[in-house]
Amino acid sequence: MQRYSGFGLAKHALTHNENWQRMWRNPVPKKKYDVIIVGGGGHGLATAYYLAKECGVTNVAVIEKGWLGGGNTARNTTIVRSNYLWDEAAALYEHSMKLWEGLSQDLNYNVMFSQRGVLNLGHTLQDMRDIQRRVNANRLNGIDGEVLDAQQVKEICPVLDCSPNTRYPVLGASWQPRGGVARHDAVAWGYARGADAMGVDLIQQTEVIGMRIEDGQIVGVETTRGFIGAETVGCVAAGNSSVLAKMAGIKLPLESHPLQALVSEPIKPVLDTVVMSNHVHGYCSQSDKGDLVIGAGIDGYNGYGQRGSYPTIEHTLQAIVEMFPTFSRVRMNRQWGGIVDTCPDACPILSATSVKGLFFNCGWGTGGFKATPGSGNVFAWTLAKGVAHPIAAPFSIDRFVSGKLIDEHGAAGVAH
Amino acid sequence: MFYIYCPYCGEHREESEFRPKGQAHIMRPKDPESCSDEEWADYLFFRDNPKGVHHEMWVHATGCRKFFNMTRDTVSYEILEVYKMGEQPKITAASRVVGGEK
Repeated sequence: MQRYSGFGLAKHALTHNENWQRMWRNPVPKKKYDVIIVGGGGHGLATAYYLAKECGVTNVAVIEKGWLGGGNTARNTTIVRSNYLWDEAAALYEHSMKLWEGLSQDLNYNVMFSQRGVLNLGHTLQDMRDIQRRVNANRLNGIDGEVLDAQQVKEICPVLDCSPNTRYPVLGASWQPRGGVARHDAVAWGYARGADAMGVDLIQQTEVIGMRIEDGQIVGVETTRGFIGAETVGCVAAGNSSVLAKMAGIKLPLESHPLQALVSEPIKPVLDTVVMSNHVHGYCSQSDKGDLVIGAGIDGYNGYGQRGSYPTIEHTLQAIVEMFPTFSRVRMNRQWGGIVDTCPDACPILSATSVKGLFFNCGWGTGGFKATPGSGNVFAWTLAKGVAHPIAAPFSIDRFVSGKLIDEHGAAGVAH
Repeated sequence: MFYIYCPYCGEHREESEFRPKGQAHIMRPKDPESCSDEEWADYLFFRDNPKGVHHEMWVHATGCRKFFNMTRDTVSYEILEVYKMGEQPKITAASRVVGGEK
């Protein structure tokens, strides 16, 4: 792998940028691998990367039906934070946050991780009580957080309407300074390039259409390019997880929903942090290009169509205009939908299954992007050792039978 | 954007009058006391979540406030049929394959 550096930039400039190496190979699939990862999004590529880098398993294939990072990795609003309420979730997301903080150096690829801070607004007394509880819980878990009043929020984000005259006045917020945003595509590309360099085969335009199971043990996957063998298969397919599970005769506690997002036309710098509101239900940041990146809740019906309904967009923008009245005249440039796999307790599933050798990493719902490095890291460990990583263990699918759910609905300031 | 026929009102109304309520035809266990943990988990949490034909409940939230069922394609989002609570769907994933529609 050609390492990127300032010197390299200058060198390539002299040769008219014609000699850049391709970032990854486009290999023909082998007959058998040690591990197959189904799904070439951020989480799947991160899993492959850490399998090769930290677990020494390099005979790995990532099988992707479309192109790398073309699903939810390319469709999210790029927010990164770790201020989750419960110990289990906090451990997972903070593990991820620590990896984010060194990720560009680790990958030798600029993922443009910008720790510009995340505000989770409170609009009611109950919101503020929940925020205090959550910030205290975060601090006990070693996660940075502060409770701010409306005046302090206004100082951090002057463009936000913090006056008492709004329908849902801002009473305060939780503030995680280490939170922020990252360049979503770069994360997928960086992991793909790193994994490829260590020998992982990234197989694109190849769809898994069946699972071959013998005596309760997975032996490989049927694909549109024929059978590919492996005795360990990790499914990291977000909204399509239930479809893969059905091929293996397994049912998951998931519902796939459309989640929409929008970007506005580029405007001058106006918002240098991330603002989220659970109560009026919207979140917003400004990208480096200048567009406002806007998201809110899922469409309530099940859907695999990567698009949602107009009332949801309208609801989203109502919330944004409530918070930022000055944005009412900004025109929206693009709108799209991704398919999120929501779990009943709003926490992911990182788990072995009743089929030996078949693992699932799914159920990230509306908040998977922030967890990309941590998810891949602990899932790689789980695949390599065959037992759950200590951080992943509480996220077993068994929790829906035992009742030991990790209820992060709303409690984490999650805008669902 | 859906334009939904409410089988109770007998009219088409806009989507914003309705709320989706998840998979239909999930029976509450007849004898809850004798259910195993697995059976409870299956009843409460595990869903079919199909890519294709889906039977689901909707409620006419700002209309008659009654629940009804809908068969809908989760990829094309086409509403295939609407039927009242207690009735069975005429269109299923199997019937669509046999009928050669999909």
